[in-house]
Amino acid sequence: MNVPTLDLTPLRRADRWHPAEWVFWLLPVAAYFIFPNNLVLLTQITITALFCLSLDLILGYAGIVSLGHAAFFGIGAYAAGLLSAHGFGDPLMGLVVAALVSALVGYLTSFLVLRGADLTRLMVTLGVSMMLYEIANKLTFITGGVDGLQGIEMKPLFGQFEFDLYGKTAYWYAVAVLFVLFWVARRLVHSPFGLSLKGIRLNVGRMPAIGAPVNARLSAVYTIGAIYAGVAGALLAQTTQFVALDVLSFNRSAELMLILVLGGSGSLYGALVGAILFMAAHHLLSDINPEYWQFWLGALLILIVLFARDGVMGALRRLRTALGKGSKK
Amino acid sequence: MTYALQTRNLVKKFGGFIATNDVSLDIEAGARHALIGPNGAGKTTLINLLTGFLEPTSGQVILKGEDVTRLAQHQRVRRGLARTFQINRLFADLTVLESVTMAVNERLGIGARFWKPVGAHTAAVDEAAALLATLRLLDVAHENTRNLAYGKQRLIEIALALAMKPQVLLLDEPAAGVPTTESRELFESIAALPRDVTILLIEHDMDLVFRFADKISVLVNGGLLTHGTPEQIANDPKVKEVYLGEAVYD
Amino acid sequence: MTVIFDGIASGMLLFLISVGLSVTLGLMNFINLAHGAFAMVGGYVCVSLLNKMGVPFLAALPLAALATAAVGVVLERTLYCRLYAATHLDQVLFSIGLVFMSIATAHYFFGAQQQPLTLPDFLQGQINLPGLDMGIYRLFLIVLGLAIAFGLQRLVSGTRFGARLRASVDNPRAARGVGINVERIFTLTFALGSALAGLGGALGVEMLGLDPGFPVKYIVYFLIVVAVGGSGSITGSLVAALILGVADVAGKYYLPQVGAFVIYAIMVLMLIVRPQGLFGRRLAR
Repeated sequence: MNVPTLDLTPLRRADRWHPAEWVFWLLPVAAYFIFPNNLVLLTQITITALFCLSLDLILGYAGIVSLGHAAFFGIGAYAAGLLSAHGFGDPLMGLVVAALVSALVGYLTSFLVLRGADLTRLMVTLGVSMMLYEIANKLTFITGGVDGLQGIEMKPLFGQFEFDLYGKTAYWYAVAVLFVLFWVARRLVHSPFGLSLKGIRLNVGRMPAIGAPVNARLSAVYTIGAIYAGVAGALLAQTTQFVALDVLSFNRSAELMLILVLGGSGSLYGALVGAILFMAAHHLLSDINPEYWQFWLGALLILIVLFARDGVMGALRRLRTALGKGSKK
Repeated sequence: MTYALQTRNLVKKFGGFIATNDVSLDIEAGARHALIGPNGAGKTTLINLLTGFLEPTSGQVILKGEDVTRLAQHQRVRRGLARTFQINRLFADLTVLESVTMAVNERLGIGARFWKPVGAHTAAVDEAAALLATLRLLDVAHENTRNLAYGKQRLIEIALALAMKPQVLLLDEPAAGVPTTESRELFESIAALPRDVTILLIEHDMDLVFRFADKISVLVNGGLLTHGTPEQIANDPKVKEVYLGEAVYD
Repeated sequence: MTVIFDGIASGMLLFLISVGLSVTLGLMNFINLAHGAFAMVGGYVCVSLLNKMGVPFLAALPLAALATAAVGVVLERTLYCRLYAATHLDQVLFSIGLVFMSIATAHYFFGAQQQPLTLPDFLQGQINLPGLDMGIYRLFLIVLGLAIAFGLQRLVSGTRFGARLRASVDNPRAARGVGINVERIFTLTFALGSALAGLGGALGVEMLGLDPGFPVKYIVYFLIVVAVGGSGSITGSLVAALILGVADVAGKYYLPQVGAFVIYAIMVLMLIVRPQGLFGRRLAR
């Protein structure tokens, strides 16, 4: 049936890459040349960006409020770390194993987040991550406990690229992984599946009434979020060759939420922008008394929630509309 | 006589309160069946039981001859049962076209496809656009739902249900909150639905009910008071008492 | 037996701090992760009064409660009230921000170390019975906790304020419709919850310690009490707090290798079985 009067291009072209996106992805390349002595920091930013991306998928798109997302980050870190520490140092194998383990735990725990109201969900996600923290804390002979997991040695990437002391290999490795996973996530959110996630976040009660199996969708995206977080954790273990216990801490989960809100949730790029801004600020202000940092961080969070709820990306969006470039996104 | 939708001794209790009291209802295929009753009679609760939004305390719901009492909402939708809500439940930040396309995706079974973008599934998008055309929503297709007038939003509410291509459609006060100028358009769209779609309608506007329905059931205090054609109901003294008599049922 | 006794005392303390959170969550549907910060305020006020101004312990307690209530009222009227209609996520984020600020402030004024607290003589020591050593302070906590629980129950079910409170919880719109000033009820309830938290924090210095990290260290416990007990239920909070207190103390005594794992595992299990908590109503949200 033809509908000649309706122009479908806005929907048909919704997933086209915007020029600003091309520019954005030149940044990691530019950064390599502009900050050659800060590759370790840049790698950390990249890893945090991937971790934040995983939270955006479950929180920004599907609306699952989790206070324990660090659980998967930690699982991935320990999985990859332990694999390397026991002689299987191939980086890609480490990523795959971390992804599989995180996927398994994510899938199993996804059933917990389907039940109950927000507070219950919050507590369950928090509870699971705290349980894992305690386990890691006690199983010192496996995880190294408070001292951390050491003895991680990475084999060269593709058998060719050694993980050098300057962090060059580590940096490009992390950036490549981030880009690939970002690209996949981007396809995901523009697909019918991604649309149904938005529907679930916007009006979960309506979705079953249009025939959508809500629980199955939420389970799926939660598992995907777990995989992304696990891979981020694995990258951390592999690039720093150390796993500290705090990868599983509540502080990690809370800080991650702050980063996502800062950048603006529900747009994928918000996660990346938030990570860049936060880590850069943290680095630049690292000489400041930690209490001041924490105080102003708290104040910033409150201000964002009260006045700029959709973060940097939201502010940019409003700026663009105000400048007359129209369009709703 | 085939029945599209039936209930057998349907009961719903909330603690000590009996919201639905032993309701046995038969709705014929192709019917234009209206459900009326005073406020608090339990009409929306009944719709919720029929769709699976609520689980009954006892009794059965039978859809096209199949017992669906244990089935979840989305499973009943897959079997051809759709509903609208009394208060709009829409997707505020999606455009009209996106919302309806999402519903069509679910019906076509492609709601879980995760690789190709929404726009590339042309069959679904075209079908959504066609549906918008029949409801005269094309001019707002790319508008965000939250920016639209209430009457338009009510049409989207119906569009979402129609996207399911239901054989049985439950409309919960479709004209509620819609100014009379716009409600005619609404009812014309409903009246224009093909006869093979069975419609159960809850409405308070008696003009609309008597114009539209060929069978009416009256629900009072959770139980069925009576059934009949519009003429029978209009002349039934019990019904008049319920609506115009003592304030007992208010 | 002593373990159970200590667990009950610990539970009473948890109850005192958590009941305010339970009521505000049940009433205002507001997830306030900063609740532990209010307890911390009470602790620091009490310690300051005791150590710097020589105020006797039993007098410092109500003063700490009042001070915390005042802080609660100010914050509620300026900040919290803006977020009553916000999503739970926004409330969580806001309260995390408040937690960060409170920790930094405590750190700035009091330093990172544990605050010393010397109990008055009549609260120190033990009563030794066969098979059961009852610490006097713990006994004091249990008695006080029961008294307050009883008082709260009477307040909520036996007074006009309580009736208005329950009406506001059940249906704020209808409550406004019959002339109840729901906003004032919110503020008063928040003040009451904060006061109790402050009292609990002051009482808890002896058993839980007091340092700037208090809100983060213990918020999980308070949330467990509320989530497991069911928000809005005083009885639920009491039962959940007692279970948690006993489980925590017993767990640490009998299974020291496992530590806090037991608590989290129990909580997750209970929430799986009964997502609405022991006494909670199924929230629509």
